Amino acid sequence: MTDAPSTIAERSADMLARATPTTIAVRVRGLSDRAIAWLFITPTIALLLAINIFPLIWAVYLSFTNFRANRPNAEVEGVGLRNYQRVLNDPDIWIAMQTTAHFVFWTILLQMIIGFALAYLIDRKFRGHAFWTTVILIPMMLSPAVVGNFWRFLYQPQIGLFNYIVSFFTGIPPSSFEMLGSVTLAPWAIIIVDTWMWAPYVMLICLAGLRSIPDYIYEAAEVDRASAWRQFWSITVPMALPFIMLAVLFRGIENFKMFDMVMLLTGGGPGSTTEVASITLKREAFESWLTGRSSAFAIILFVAVFGLANIYVKALNKVKQR
Amino acid sequence: MTNPQEMTHAARQKRPFFLRRGPMENIATVLIAAGFLMLFQPFLLALYTYSLAMLLAGTVLFIIVSKFPE
Repeated sequence: MTDAPSTIAERSADMLARATPTTIAVRVRGLSDRAIAWLFITPTIALLLAINIFPLIWAVYLSFTNFRANRPNAEVEGVGLRNYQRVLNDPDIWIAMQTTAHFVFWTILLQMIIGFALAYLIDRKFRGHAFWTTVILIPMMLSPAVVGNFWRFLYQPQIGLFNYIVSFFTGIPPSSFEMLGSVTLAPWAIIIVDTWMWAPYVMLICLAGLRSIPDYIYEAAEVDRASAWRQFWSITVPMALPFIMLAVLFRGIENFKMFDMVMLLTGGGPGSTTEVASITLKREAFESWLTGRSSAFAIILFVAVFGLANIYVKALNKVKQR
Repeated sequence: MTNPQEMTHAARQKRPFFLRRGPMENIATVLIAAGFLMLFQPFLLALYTYSLAMLLAGTVLFIIVSKFPE
């Protein structure tokens, strides 16, 4: 004889079990682990297909057409590879690619140097290191829109703090140069802001790498009388290398797509000196309304980043196997 | 009886160059790297024009050869 349900929970479970039609109950009870796993994964896969894969396939399709998003009722014709030909023969887009490369190279280099140096210092575990870690991480937590706006104020030649700090150290009058208005300084203004914002992120990844190095390796090196310099180059750097490479990969991919900060700080100007690929893409797509052509441009950027990520993952696996 | 290690070595030797994962992956990597540099270099527009073909060839090759056995 079975016991009658005593607690409220048991009673409600019993009521639910009675309310469930027998056929459904049997069907659910009969599901295999694999089927249940699929049941849980299906919504995620459906969402991924709907918001990631479908737009990608649609963009590939559009890149072979003359579709214009401002003329939805116009007849869409296939143009073959003409959009790709135009993008790959356009000197303006070529210059935008060079601007992007310049921007990506310097931001990654500076972020790696500063991020690793910060991680190395924080790893010393001095008094209050937890507090300073939090303080250093603040820029990373801010929205790019907020960062872009307040750096525009900081770069103001009349009232901006940045010009006064530069003036304090160099003696150059603060109103004699304009970071965002100068052709030579504007790209560096964006590089400074991006480095300021994302070096903490690199620091966080490098810190994880440094903390994963066991102390006994350093102790063994001490016993062998290895100098601090030798320990750094023979233990710290090789063991933290997979983490550094991961940081480069993440920041590299992210900086290729850089849009918001550049748009808020300079809008691509002065002239087109800071017009990175994503800004040119936006102009092609939503100002010239060349949707097919901009799709081709987007696919080219995608192939570049995808190819690079492949090489990178291969290199990362090699480093990890060592 | 033949040593299994020798057999594996012999089988590997017999496999043609274009079916070996290691060298083909290296070729794909060189193609991708060359395509990438061509896309972002500031010297010659013609190199930029053919960068996508190079990148695409490298990426497709990489995807295919990475499925080959070690």
